[in-house]
Amino acid sequence: MSPVIECRNLRKTYGSGDTAVHALRGLDLTVEKGEYLAIMGASGSGKSTLLNILGCLDVPTSGQYLLDGIDTGEFDEEQLSLLRNRKIGFVFQSFNLVPRTTALANVELPLVYAGVRRAQRRDRALAALDLVGLKDRTHHRPNELSGGQQQRVAIARALVTSPAIVLADEPTGNLDTDSSREVMGILDRLHASGRTVVLITHEDDVAAHATRTVRVVDGAVAEVMV
Amino acid sequence: MRLLDIAAFAVRGLTANKLRSGLTTLGILIGVASVILLIAVGNGASSAVQQSIAGLGTNILTVSPQRAQPGLTAKPLTTADAAALVGEDSPAVKYASPVVSAQATAAYGDTTHDIGQFIGSDPNYFDTTNSSLAQGGLFSADDVQQARKVVVIGSTVATQLFPGTDPVGKSVLVNNIPFTVVGVLAAKGSSGLQDADDLAVAPLTTTQNALTGYGSLSQIVVQARSAEALPDAQAQVTTILNGRHKITGTADYRVVSQDQLLTARTATTETFTVLLASVAAISLLVGGIGITNIMLVTVTERIREIGIRKAVGAPRSSILGQFLIEATLLSLFGGALGVAAGVIGSQFTIAGIQPVVDPSSVLLAFAVSALIGLFFGSYPASRAARLRPIEALRHE
Repeated sequence: MSPVIECRNLRKTYGSGDTAVHALRGLDLTVEKGEYLAIMGASGSGKSTLLNILGCLDVPTSGQYLLDGIDTGEFDEEQLSLLRNRKIGFVFQSFNLVPRTTALANVELPLVYAGVRRAQRRDRALAALDLVGLKDRTHHRPNELSGGQQQRVAIARALVTSPAIVLADEPTGNLDTDSSREVMGILDRLHASGRTVVLITHEDDVAAHATRTVRVVDGAVAEVMV
Repeated sequence: MRLLDIAAFAVRGLTANKLRSGLTTLGILIGVASVILLIAVGNGASSAVQQSIAGLGTNILTVSPQRAQPGLTAKPLTTADAAALVGEDSPAVKYASPVVSAQATAAYGDTTHDIGQFIGSDPNYFDTTNSSLAQGGLFSADDVQQARKVVVIGSTVATQLFPGTDPVGKSVLVNNIPFTVVGVLAAKGSSGLQDADDLAVAPLTTTQNALTGYGSLSQIVVQARSAEALPDAQAQVTTILNGRHKITGTADYRVVSQDQLLTARTATTETFTVLLASVAAISLLVGGIGITNIMLVTVTERIREIGIRKAVGAPRSSILGQFLIEATLLSLFGGALGVAAGVIGSQFTIAGIQPVVDPSSVLLAFAVSALIGLFFGSYPASRAARLRPIEALRHE
């Protein structure tokens, strides 16, 4: 069985000539199915670039990225958006919920673009909200929810399509201690139920939840801690 | 992903900012309403002109003076010219009525009224111009001969000067000269740009004595024996007048038939309609630019939302579709309200013209408004669709 993520010699360069910035310099990374991986690194180390590429929001300058066995190298913008929709669930530091839209509608959003029918969409979104403990907040708008609740809605949205991988970019970065604990608890439960979770963080206690931690330094994986 | 869901996103986007959507819609509403209304006014004017000219009959020729060639003095049109037009040399001519016209102010008691047209002519004038009597009688050939101060007034003059009383037999002061009202003409209605009922007709001789003097006639109105005889009548009138005025080159008068008059007037009103329609089209264009403007603002404001949608897998086409539908809904909604406003507005008389709604203009204005949404929304929408997800997500 192939790994969920397989990166070979990933390079990403912004700009060209003397002013070129090498964000990734030949990075290799493999994530097996069911793994709970934390990616750590100082700011500027290239971990955000890596996450954007893993999330198919960006493409590498060179190298190979296989997501769930699919080589993303030849994909165009349209196919990448399809891949994001089917294979990836995103959790962002700043929640990124659609404003003025209920929690339920936010969770339904990826299913709309997946072409799921209305009734089924609703059932699945409600189930996902139930999973993050927000069944009683389905008709609240983001501005009526606390930060922790908003992040739980975002996690529900990341889960609802049953993606191959959940990518979390500093999911507790904007949260207080209690909310952080809740959110990490949910990610732990996801891992326990067999999902693949990749987490970016610079906090050691957050990384401690993961089963494996890698550190990115100067655009390459510097050390692997188990 | 279904179109209906995308449309639902678009509706939610529009209702999130109702005031802004409403004002943008107003721009299109005004544009569409003015296209429909102004074309209707143009149509109304031209149909009124056509009706009034057709009402005069199809066998009428009008002879009017015209400036002579440089170096030559124009001979005035005279009563003798008019008299000469009826006779053995012109078998096709039935009557020829000399006409003078003047501006005059009429007063009765404390009421005064500026009469639109004060006409001096002979009794045949009424027959020639298809005027019928509502009350009283006409003046006779004898009245003309004796230059009696009698007058037949139009219905507008009657209602202005004699509200609630019978004008027949009353004495009215026209430019301080007393005239006796002998009859009131039946209403003809507005003839486009002027009120055809705002007139008074008195004997030619009296009018010349009292008001205009003995200069050139304003017109000679010639009635042919039939519509078929009109070309013959026109030729005979020309021959007789050329002889009397000793014309060799360009004539110092003009003979125009109703047909020619109709063509000329119709051309004028068509120009008028085109002018009105282009003003209206410009306002529709301005409304369209308003849509582009608002959609650009909307897209900029919602860059982050677009980023989120793209991150969860929205393809370009769905983002494009969402914003195109928003723009098109704005313009369609504005268009529909504009059609309603235009059609309702056309029920009222505007500047003395009863507008006539042209169904094709309604259809055109509505279709154009829908296309405006697509056209003016496509630039902002394609900008939204082209946004790169990482940059859009980073946008504050």
